[in-house]
Amino acid sequence: MHVIDPHIHMSARTTDDYEAMAAAGVVAVIEPAFWLGQPRTQVGTFQDYFASLIGWERFRAAQFGIRHYCTIGLNSKEANNEPLAEQVMELLPLFAAKEGVVAIGEIGYDDLTPAEDRFFRAQLELAKEVGLPVMIHTPHRDKTRGTSRSMDVCLEHGLLPHQVVVDHNNEETVKEVLDRGFWAAFTIYPKTKMGNERMVEVVRKYGPERIIVDSSADWGVSDPLAVPKTAKLMIERGIPTAQVTATCYANAIAAYGQSGQIRESDWLAPAAIDQRQLFSGNSVLRGQQPRIDA
Amino acid sequence: MENPATPVALLERWLSTALATDVAGWLGDRCATLASSDLAGDGARLLFTTYGLIARRVPRHDLAPDADALAAAARARPGWDPSRWTVDQAARARLLAALPARDAPALRAAIDRLAACADLHELIALHHALPLLPRPELWAARAAEGVRSNIKAVFDAVALDNPYPAEALDEVAWNQLALKALFVASPLHRIVGFDRRANPRLARMLCDYAHERWAAKRAISPELWRGVGPFADDAMLADLARALGEGDPRQRAGAALALRSSPHPGAAALLAQAGGVPNLPWTALA
Repeated sequence: MHVIDPHIHMSARTTDDYEAMAAAGVVAVIEPAFWLGQPRTQVGTFQDYFASLIGWERFRAAQFGIRHYCTIGLNSKEANNEPLAEQVMELLPLFAAKEGVVAIGEIGYDDLTPAEDRFFRAQLELAKEVGLPVMIHTPHRDKTRGTSRSMDVCLEHGLLPHQVVVDHNNEETVKEVLDRGFWAAFTIYPKTKMGNERMVEVVRKYGPERIIVDSSADWGVSDPLAVPKTAKLMIERGIPTAQVTATCYANAIAAYGQSGQIRESDWLAPAAIDQRQLFSGNSVLRGQQPRIDA
Repeated sequence: MENPATPVALLERWLSTALATDVAGWLGDRCATLASSDLAGDGARLLFTTYGLIARRVPRHDLAPDADALAAAARARPGWDPSRWTVDQAARARLLAALPARDAPALRAAIDRLAACADLHELIALHHALPLLPRPELWAARAAEGVRSNIKAVFDAVALDNPYPAEALDEVAWNQLALKALFVASPLHRIVGFDRRANPRLARMLCDYAHERWAAKRAISPELWRGVGPFADDAMLADLARALGEGDPRQRAGAALALRSSPHPGAAALLAQAGGVPNLPWTALA
């Protein structure tokens, strides 16, 4: 079964991860622009980070037969250094319209400060200007209220619910997100928040519509195989295959496909030039057998 | 004989066939505006946005120039070989060729910024287009940077089928290009001007590399010997003799070709002693 991990920070991961992901059926990943575990202090390091998301990391993924897309944005944790954030905002238009950029994100609230609010709103305007969907990072603390407010602000700026993916949901937030017509993404964490057993029950309860599973794997303790493992568990627990495909593959394409920058044909029938120059390993085209490590 | 078409005229001709009329018109208008713009002012923004937008408007399929088109390309710009280009790469080259040449510092700054913020396909297209940029004296450092790239497709865009490096790189950078092509298994026969830029230092580096590979019991590209033959001293001739005595017929063919290009007095004798060496051209030994 092909799966997509639509939220994973591959820059922080190893080639072993890429190999294991390809072997487990991951055909494409989306890497949201995020922080590096500590705040950057110079605008130049943002520029180089964004450039690596659309350059080196894309190439690196391709060597393992995995398609790499990204989102561009100023994350909320780094929005609180306002003089720097202003410079980053000037940088974003240079990168937002690049090939393979499927959304503005991950943006939203962390501490729910006025500075976070300011740059969240400015980036919603940028998303409208460049015609991209939005990936929302919901806060770890005061989550329920932060999630509601994120959606309120999106609507206030004229975005439509189907243009916005609200990420890091849990059992407390999912109902409102779905009821209001937004995409509801779930991050499968190995220890905290949403584990994959809970994820199975969420899909059983709410069905597959507008639900997206991701790993958010990064430089912390996290599991780059969270999506294929969750897909496997869903099938074992009797979730219909069509629903597993929707939540672990097709919904991500539908949501981020609104950018015009991600299509199933990218990995099922890549352009000749890509096969020559980028997909030298080309495991995708050989139709690999899914392998899911316990 | 009539004057050969310019690279820009050829690109325009090919793009007018490959693109829908409105897209070709859009690109032509943008190029014309860019050509008369000020890169220290609005011109840079026009360059960045148009270069990016080409990915959304121009299809990424093979340009597939026919034999006549390739011959015209080589007449218009000696060494230029767009046989493996895609249509979007041609469109990006067309745009870059339209850059105004008047203000050299602004021109260099615009290309540096373009490269610093480029995605993968933009980087590849930029390096393909180096021989078509205005002010050819400005881009040697850019070409050397492309050679240092860890992305093989970017390295290949500079190193292969591209006349610019042989014209612009100094010997140190050129030798890095040649050696790196072997490291990343890119074919030396597609490096434009390889024989013309061969030199004694490169020959020594190639033989040192061959010794490393022998010591590690790893295969050596038969193409390696191409840069050795013309400059072979006694020690290098011994290396060629060793390659000539190996079991792999392609290795022996490469050593034989190198010996035929060698002025060393011992080369002919070595060739005469060796029997049954397959007669293969360099292009068959990549």
